[in-house]
Amino acid sequence: MSAMLLNKEKWPEFIGKLTGKNLWAPKLEGEAMRFAPVAEDEVPELTDGNTRIPPKNIVFPQTETMYRFQLGDFEMKEPELKEEMILLGIRPCDARAMVIVDKLFSWDVDDPYYLKRRELVTLVGLACSEPGLNCFCTSLGGGPASTEGLDLLMVDLGDSYLLETITPKGEALVSEVSELLIEADTEKIKMKKKMVSESEGKIKRSVDHKGIPEGLPGLWEDPLWKSVSASCLGCGTCTYLCPTCHCFDIQDETEGFEARRCRMWDSCMFEEYTLHTSGHNPRPTRRERTRNRINHKYNYYVDKFDVIACVGCGRCINLCPVNIDIVEILRQVKEAL
Amino acid sequence: MTAENPYIPYTATVEETWYETGGDRCIKTFKVVFDDEDVRTNWNHRPGQCAMIGILGVGESMISISCSPTEGEFLRFSVMKMGKVTQALHQLEPGDKMMVRGPYGNSFPVDDWHGKQILTVGGGVGQAPLRPVVEYVKANRDKYAGLTMIYGARTSGDLCFKGEFEEMSKSDGLSCHLTIDVEEEGWGHNVGFVPQMLLDLNPSPEDTIVITCGPPIMIRFVLENLKKLGFADEQIYTTLENRMKCGIGKCGRCNAGGMYVCKDGPVFSYAVLKDIPEAFA
Ligand SMILES: Cc1cc2nc3c(=O)[nH]c(=O)nc-3n(C[C@H](O)[C@H](O)[C@H](O)COP(=O)(O)OP(=O)(O)OC[C@H]3O[C@@H](n4cnc5c(N)ncnc54)[C@H](O)[C@@H]3O)c2cc1C
Ligand code: SF4
Ligand code: SF4
Ligand code: FES
Repeated sequence: MSAMLLNKEKWPEFIGKLTGKNLWAPKLEGEAMRFAPVAEDEVPELTDGNTRIPPKNIVFPQTETMYRFQLGDFEMKEPELKEEMILLGIRPCDARAMVIVDKLFSWDVDDPYYLKRRELVTLVGLACSEPGLNCFCTSLGGGPASTEGLDLLMVDLGDSYLLETITPKGEALVSEVSELLIEADTEKIKMKKKMVSESEGKIKRSVDHKGIPEGLPGLWEDPLWKSVSASCLGCGTCTYLCPTCHCFDIQDETEGFEARRCRMWDSCMFEEYTLHTSGHNPRPTRRERTRNRINHKYNYYVDKFDVIACVGCGRCINLCPVNIDIVEILRQVKEAL
Repeated sequence: MTAENPYIPYTATVEETWYETGGDRCIKTFKVVFDDEDVRTNWNHRPGQCAMIGILGVGESMISISCSPTEGEFLRFSVMKMGKVTQALHQLEPGDKMMVRGPYGNSFPVDDWHGKQILTVGGGVGQAPLRPVVEYVKANRDKYAGLTMIYGARTSGDLCFKGEFEEMSKSDGLSCHLTIDVEEEGWGHNVGFVPQMLLDLNPSPEDTIVITCGPPIMIRFVLENLKKLGFADEQIYTTLENRMKCGIGKCGRCNAGGMYVCKDGPVFSYAVLKDIPEAFA
């Protein structure tokens, strides 16, 4: 691991060196901030706050072609995934989310699409100096400067960025821009530490998850599930925008004789998700679906993969149209234990 | 289903088809053979496993493999006509292609049951995952104490695999008991529900494994009656069914509690199942 310094005056030059390499960065599109490709002459500014749309679509596109074929023919052509990319400005929570989702996509059988995209992407993180109102990453093993999943971490020190390499991929990226960097001295490392601890102090929300994974089964029939889901509209926002939600549907699309089988994000908050063709639905109401969402993240995933499938990014809280709040649900769960 | 991409299905050719039952939700059986010789020889399924079968441009459905590997280098699927994919599958005739990937899921631990009496209790299309067990036991007759099969449906027309039963009752140590819900003219077997027939037969739990598959309501009463007969949870096996897409534990759709039915199931012993919160939802 090395720690280098990039003076912000050199930012446009730094970006210029990376734009030819399929660089993506946060961009405001309409009302929503999301990751988008950076054009040749564009110099993205990294601003406070996280993207509304999580970067999971980089490795798990909202709609992904699995293979193409011609109707009436049996030859299936898989898309070739080979272009490397750099994701600049991913927040630590979202990188941690990828590490969590990796476990599922490599469980027993490898998912070739996801794992290939993961291999091709270099994650350049940006430490958070202004956490959002509903961030609670520090409750779940993350933090504003957590490096889990990142190849390189950038820390905003005012007039410069501190660049900490984490992996060989991060080293490789730094070596390509080395003439723009200088070695960081201990003064700067101290500044980083101060910034991180101040940032941690700004995180106001927390979840005490001790005992929750083991305790959830005992609360299966608890009345809390009905009350916490009473106002849910079943819109699926909380899951679409969750960086650890990975469920998908598979559909065939045809246009003339050209056809493809693709997969697309799906949500356990939708009624159709579990609906059998017979009409039977094992999760008939929002109570069961909300209970599943919380159990999946805080119990089932822990059982299978030893980690809570929530990174505390706060998106599901920020964006739920009826203010359903996972921190509050977990508080009630804890109380009911 | 290539080494690199488990989502790519193999092509198989439909060799024979026939209808098991009639009506709107008729069941058609397909006997299919993989086109590629390597796939044919390397394919290895166990009783209770399933496959994703489908048609390019329409979709895929999870279907139990209703034959035992001991029967030969082919697969059988008995498909009830339900929605989009199963309706399209029903149009396939001998010579047509079907896409198949798998085999998926765990299986009945038939090799752990050597020396035991096997009892299958099936209802309707639920006989599909049981049939490979029956065939497997028949093919390895010396390894099992015997086999008793209870199978029922609403009417005689709703029973699958009909031609196979007479032959079975003639073999030593194998017995087959059929039942339908209401009396029909010329029906020479039992009349009544499957759970009641189980009680009437009064099988001994000693050294016996029982497997039950069928509609949820039937399963519920069969389990109740097995308890009355003194069967322990560990002696009872069944399969779960949930909506599925990937079949390999990725799409998240098929979970019952913390279990992915496509990978951790579809076969569960009742000892495990009774603690899965959504198992009977
Ligand atoms: C482990 C297992 C074994 C099965 N074995 C058999 C069998 O041997 N014979 C048989 O006729 N049926 C079997 N089924 C049920 C069969 O998969 C569904 O009836 C079928 O997928 C319905 O698809 P459709 O396209 O016709 O219906 P649509 O409603 O048009 O399709 C919706 C899609 O949802 C999914 N889906 C809907 N209902 C179910 C369901 N109950 N189970 C799984 N996926 C579903 C499928 O992906 C399907 O393509 C089994 C299901 C499971 C889970
Ligand atoms: S559950 Fe909510 S807070 Fe947790 S990772 Fe998902 S969107 Fe973020
Ligand atoms: S975002 Fe809110 S309203 Fe929409 S499904 Fe999630 S909990 Fe329900
Ligand atoms: S069918 Fe996709 S996870 Fe089981």
